[in-house]
Amino acid sequence: MKKRTLLSTHHLLRTALTLAFLGASACTLAQQKSAADGIAEYRAMIADGNPAELFEAKGEDLWKKKRGPKNASLEQCDLGKGAGIVKGAFVELPRWFADTGRVQDLESRLLTCMERLQGFDPGALARTPFGKDEQITLEALSAWISAESKGMRFKLPQNHPEERKQFEIGKRAFFYRGGPFDFACASCHGEAGKRIRLQDLPDLTNNPGDGVGFAAWPAYRVSSGELWSMQRRLNDCFRQQRFPYPGYASDVTIALGVYMGVNAKGAESIAPALKR
Amino acid sequence: MADPMRIRAQSAGGKATVRVLMSHEMETGLRKDSGGKTIPAWFIQEVSAQLNGKTVMTAQWGPAISKNPYLQFMIKGANAGDKVTVSWVDNKGDKRTDEATIS
Amino acid sequence: MMKLNQQNKVSHRAASPQRKLPLDRRWPVSLALIAISVGCASTVPAPDYDSLTAQMMRSSFKEEGIAKLGRLDQDESNAACSKALGGRLNDAQAAAIQEAALKTVKMPTGGEFLGDWRKGEALAQNGRGMTWTDKSAAPNANGGSCYNCHQISKEEISYGTIGPSLYQYGKLRGVTDPSDPKAKGILEYTWTKLWNAKAYNACSGMPRFGHSGLLDEGQLKDLMALILDPKSPVNR
Repeated sequence: MKKRTLLSTHHLLRTALTLAFLGASACTLAQQKSAADGIAEYRAMIADGNPAELFEAKGEDLWKKKRGPKNASLEQCDLGKGAGIVKGAFVELPRWFADTGRVQDLESRLLTCMERLQGFDPGALARTPFGKDEQITLEALSAWISAESKGMRFKLPQNHPEERKQFEIGKRAFFYRGGPFDFACASCHGEAGKRIRLQDLPDLTNNPGDGVGFAAWPAYRVSSGELWSMQRRLNDCFRQQRFPYPGYASDVTIALGVYMGVNAKGAESIAPALKR
Repeated sequence: MADPMRIRAQSAGGKATVRVLMSHEMETGLRKDSGGKTIPAWFIQEVSAQLNGKTVMTAQWGPAISKNPYLQFMIKGANAGDKVTVSWVDNKGDKRTDEATIS
Repeated sequence: MMKLNQQNKVSHRAASPQRKLPLDRRWPVSLALIAISVGCASTVPAPDYDSLTAQMMRSSFKEEGIAKLGRLDQDESNAACSKALGGRLNDAQAAAIQEAALKTVKMPTGGEFLGDWRKGEALAQNGRGMTWTDKSAAPNANGGSCYNCHQISKEEISYGTIGPSLYQYGKLRGVTDPSDPKAKGILEYTWTKLWNAKAYNACSGMPRFGHSGLLDEGQLKDLMALILDPKSPVNR
């Protein structure tokens, strides 16, 4: 019987084939990773110096500044953890508020405080286009308030029956198909591992992980140079869904916040984040 | 007066890394609004940095620099406690100066 | 189908006749028992979440541009698939929806299925139309948004994965000559899918491009050519 040595034809052939195969797969792998890798590298490069910090500084200022017809600051505003307590408030919103008798998200609560403490007209605030006038105030406040919970984990309360009810309604709103495309939130965000073009889509029916989905807004969008609050993000989602226009801080936006926020329980918030 | 800059400066081994976020529209002058009218150019033209009052860097910028620009640079011979001042002037003559202490 | 929440059920026994509590102890106990039974509300039904949701959808939105409130109305497919909350429909309901959808399909006039694949590629790349910022709802203002969800040509790497890959669609189905009678089945299937995807999958995630008036016949023929014309880069 022929002895099998390292230099035998059989062994050489096998080694050559294995190396060729590995070489080919490495090449294919390199090609497959390059688009996603390139985007990840770009994101890492722009991660430092998030212009959201400019909005944070403005927001902190506006929280402390005396403004509005009543010439008062927002320092007595209760975001759910007691009057004036900002740290940790963001990761517990939306939640039930006894003074208004309803579940409110951050921006709806800011409308309440700007009305009651400062004398602003909440209807007028809600009708102001994004990026203009007092909407800039709301965007800046959202940036700062979310920054005060940066790194903390979401823990929306579900103790109050209304909070639990909003979760159920939010869930149904999430799966609500409509418009000429028959789209629901779930059409894009109902499954893990999907993407639209090259944009990864988080599965919002579950916890998609730290700093993803609900945990990544508000955010500064580099492509438009704008700070997008959650309300703005939802607004543009509905636009892309080909739905009619959702009211600013309307019930559907709050209910969806409860559904996504409860699903994101334990996820780390990175808001205000940086987006393309 | 324009919105304030955010300046962070940290030193290590006699060199300081300075990171600056500036708030500015940086309009190129090439964009058109929804009505078709050209939006006038409005961008930072000059940037300068001082270390304890002495100029260590000047830069000429143009419309290629993006909105809300981020600038990072290193200063040799800078230590903790030194003062860094950054200034900019735009094409309309608007200016802004902010300072930070190197940590 | 409405699911009732699991309610805590409290069983309470009245004080046994053999060992009666003294009178002064009895009424606080009864009051406590009544309080417990009322508090647990085991006879109060859970809220009708479905109708609360419907009310909320009507009141939370307003019309803007071409996006009217009627867009919130749901036909049978949308209503059933929404209610399923991501789950499957039962076979009977799915079959009924699919049958109804099939009946809506209008085959191309003149019997020609394929248009120009170059126009089809442009249409597939175009994700515009039908939002409240779009001025017109006419098909010629709309794109197909195809690359948002599908891989199509090999050259285009910016493709979505919400739908299956359509790369080599015609080739994989053995369509070498579209005018061959043997290809008719595939042509009709593909046209139907584009016209009303719910004909083959009641809860398909794909918009109904023909049925919902998103694209016209000419545009659909161009998309057909993109994936079925042997000369299209998709099949080369």
